[in-house]
Amino acid sequence: MIGIINYGSGNIQAVANIYKRAGITFNIITKVEDFQGVEKLILPGVGAFDSTMEVLNTSGLREILDHYVLNEKKPVLGICVGMQIMSEGSEEGMQSGLGWIKGRVKKFDKTKLNQKPYIPHMGWNTIQPTGNFPLFDKLEQNLGFYFVHSYYFDTTFSDNILARTYYGDNFASSVYAQNILGVQFHPEKSHTNGIQLLLNFANHY
Amino acid sequence: MLRARIIPCLLVHKKGLVKTTNFKNPKYVGDPINAVKIFNEKEVDELMVLDIDASNENRGPDFEMIKNLANECRMPFCYGGGVSTVEQAKKIISLGAEKVAISYAAIRNPQLLKDIGAAVGTQSVVVIIDVRKRSLLRGAGYEIFIKNGTESVKVKLSDFVKQLNEIGVGEIVIQSIDNDGVMGGYDLDLINLLRSITDIPLTVIGGAGSLNDIKELIEKYTIIGVAAGSLFVFKGKYKAVLINYPNREEKLALFNS
Repeated sequence: MIGIINYGSGNIQAVANIYKRAGITFNIITKVEDFQGVEKLILPGVGAFDSTMEVLNTSGLREILDHYVLNEKKPVLGICVGMQIMSEGSEEGMQSGLGWIKGRVKKFDKTKLNQKPYIPHMGWNTIQPTGNFPLFDKLEQNLGFYFVHSYYFDTTFSDNILARTYYGDNFASSVYAQNILGVQFHPEKSHTNGIQLLLNFANHY
Repeated sequence: MLRARIIPCLLVHKKGLVKTTNFKNPKYVGDPINAVKIFNEKEVDELMVLDIDASNENRGPDFEMIKNLANECRMPFCYGGGVSTVEQAKKIISLGAEKVAISYAAIRNPQLLKDIGAAVGTQSVVVIIDVRKRSLLRGAGYEIFIKNGTESVKVKLSDFVKQLNEIGVGEIVIQSIDNDGVMGGYDLDLINLLRSITDIPLTVIGGAGSLNDIKELIEKYTIIGVAAGSLFVFKGKYKAVLINYPNREEKLALFNS
């Protein structure tokens, strides 16, 4: 069963709808007891870095999340801010991140962008995987994914980059470390490519 | 490369979908949920749904309808109509919309946008500006209208946009009332004006009559939201109702020129 962490943001339902249609069992997690029977986790994300971390820190979910991911090595997929909080911290806020992947989240450098509009990076863009990964099985790469963000994950080690996307410069649009995966884009709002990616996570990890 | 966004814009009137001409003569074109299902199949880049009754009837958004639409959308969804408080905006985002569009309330009180941005994230805040060309006798330029084009406001377009630059919003949607439903092409002067005075992501609507009109904008501006109503709900010169959208090949061809 896939556990979808609930911070009260709307895109949880969009992820849930995709799994529901595909007949994949999931549970929306709001408290520690909801982790019962969960084999994989999704950290969705809409909103700001600090408010997302605050929900995790104050809800009591942080400890069990760390335990599932770091000790039990359960597969986890972070989406957008859900990926960014896997870092050590962000220019967007004051809170520390989960620190699962080395690096910090930075704001796009406007001076590298040669055309208006500059920020946010918003719309459909393609990704270039850095290798053959099951997460990207059967994708139609030319269709791309929907992005909306002003900050990106600047990983300390390039080994943690699963895919890159160009916006003024190449940035990490997907990251990983063993059982930990993250995507900057929104698969739940990216039509068939997004559905395929969420199914890949459910079936291959 | 980041691509331009091609966005169908649907208008809700008396719980059905309509398409107007110059903001008048709403013609019934179908059921909202059914249209979303078709646009899912057609893999549209994004969808905008505007309730054109809400502000006129002095009421807030229809949350039940928004929830039903958001649940159905497999693409980013922007809702507008009757939003005038932070609580309404928060509710709309929590129901699963990516963006909330504000027009009347933003023009009346631009500071509201700051509060909404703080609550839901700046990237989710969209401001819709409806304008009409002023006649030469009245000093040319553009005039901002509210309440479905029935009431002009004294705020100058360039002053208002500068204010938005300072406040910081996620997107500006500029709509030409003169070109609405006419299908004779976009108002390029208007787009040039807007692009020159703001860095904020821009979406334009009003006038698209063919995919060539869209292509022209993409060639000129590369990264832009190109929205259309009539083009995606009517077919042929007699304007038969038929929901349509460029297929994958047609769409990718619009970007590769």
